[in-house]
Amino acid sequence: MSIADKVAVRLRVNGEDMAVMVLPYKTLLEVLREDLGLTGTKHGCELGECSTCGVLVDGKPYLSCLAMPLDLEGRDIVTVEGMARGSDPHPLQVAFAELGAAQCGYCTPAMLLTAMALLDRNPNPSRQAIKDALSGVLCRCTGYVKIFEAVELAASRGAAGG
Amino acid sequence: MAATNPGSAFIAGGTDLVPNLKRRQFDVSALISLNGLGDTAVVDGDADGGLTIGAGATLDELARHPALDGAFQALAQACDQVSTPQVRCMGTLGGNLLVDPRCNYYNQTHAWRKAVGFCMKRDGDICLVARSSPRCWAVSSSDSAPVTVALDARVTLQGVEGTRRIAAAELYKDDGIDYTNKRREEVITSVQLPASDLRVTSAYWKLRRRPSFDFPILGVAIALAWDNGRIRAARGALGAVGSRPVEITSYLEPLRGQHPDDDLIARVADAADKPSRPLDNTDLNHYWRKRMTRVYIERALRDACGLEPLAGRLSAQVGNDRPR
Repeated sequence: MSIADKVAVRLRVNGEDMAVMVLPYKTLLEVLREDLGLTGTKHGCELGECSTCGVLVDGKPYLSCLAMPLDLEGRDIVTVEGMARGSDPHPLQVAFAELGAAQCGYCTPAMLLTAMALLDRNPNPSRQAIKDALSGVLCRCTGYVKIFEAVELAASRGAAGG
Repeated sequence: MAATNPGSAFIAGGTDLVPNLKRRQFDVSALISLNGLGDTAVVDGDADGGLTIGAGATLDELARHPALDGAFQALAQACDQVSTPQVRCMGTLGGNLLVDPRCNYYNQTHAWRKAVGFCMKRDGDICLVARSSPRCWAVSSSDSAPVTVALDARVTLQGVEGTRRIAAAELYKDDGIDYTNKRREEVITSVQLPASDLRVTSAYWKLRRRPSFDFPILGVAIALAWDNGRIRAARGALGAVGSRPVEITSYLEPLRGQHPDDDLIARVADAADKPSRPLDNTDLNHYWRKRMTRVYIERALRDACGLEPLAGRLSAQVGNDRPR
């Protein structure tokens, strides 16, 4: 394919409307990272088996490695870059930093976003509800306990809707 | 569009299709998205009058849908156990019904398959699981498929030649490659769960290595119709032990007219695993999957009867059922 095969896609990412020319077979992950420069979304297995590419679409966790951008026009996409409010990190980000809930950090963006989607639905989740919600995101450092504790800390500080 | 674009494929959630395309398990000339169509996700009706579920409803929506709280809870249980929360937010009921049958020799990268030798499902001419077999033994790996068969659902297909409605069991063919009676240019538009004058209960139990991510390596779906505390009719189907959902309804016949108790359920479950013939082409040992079939039938039956699922006699025999 050449540049002539590119199509215009209108995406709403982190509250901002953008139009981007892309090859239509590119996944959302590739468009976010390569065309929009939002490299916070990580590139893992590319097969939907690790969820480290997770973003939110209309507030729900989605796998950007399997999503086709043309299908997401008009939908509200949030990446880890959209979590902070100005220079203030999201309460989940603060809690993750305080408790050392990141070892290599590769799964952290997806963990943060998935936890944010959970807290928006359930502001005071049980440990089991946190485990269930995050069960799709693999941490190969296996640092799950600190991640669960950080979500609980953020929830106790009223992170929902933040 | 599909009729005039040979080699094209429909895409809804894409959670089965896209990974398979990336592994070069098949090629498409174009993807035709179903996501721009309006009203494909509507859930309409109730257990008394029958329920119609749009094929575009996501598995996540169905897992927590109030209309699936009672008689049709097996479908919610099945949708709730598909893969991961992320996949359930993307994947649709229509797509899950048509999951491409899976096999340890097929769901691999091109490099892996080339090194081992290609199988008949793609690029090769023999089945690597059963080498003298003329057919492909890839495994039906849908969680919702056995549930729709057990609930005696109808599936509505729309194509260029019109709309037709078939029984869920009729959707499937016993072949790992040519696995569906859906024509290439047809789309599943909705699934109808039947009305009943009787009280209906249902349950779905799934066996897999990890309680997230994994496809079923055994699924058991049970639906019971009740009359004054006695079972009037029982239907059941197994997932992931063949290339299509395997019906066990005839083996549940001894339940008819009975008040089910521990002993009866264990006896029926013990005999109902007969059509389960898993081959060595999924995760975990196939002898163990066969041995667990009757245990999971017992658990699903007990669940549908409102009994503690794990307290049955067959469960007691296996004790700790974690794979060794």
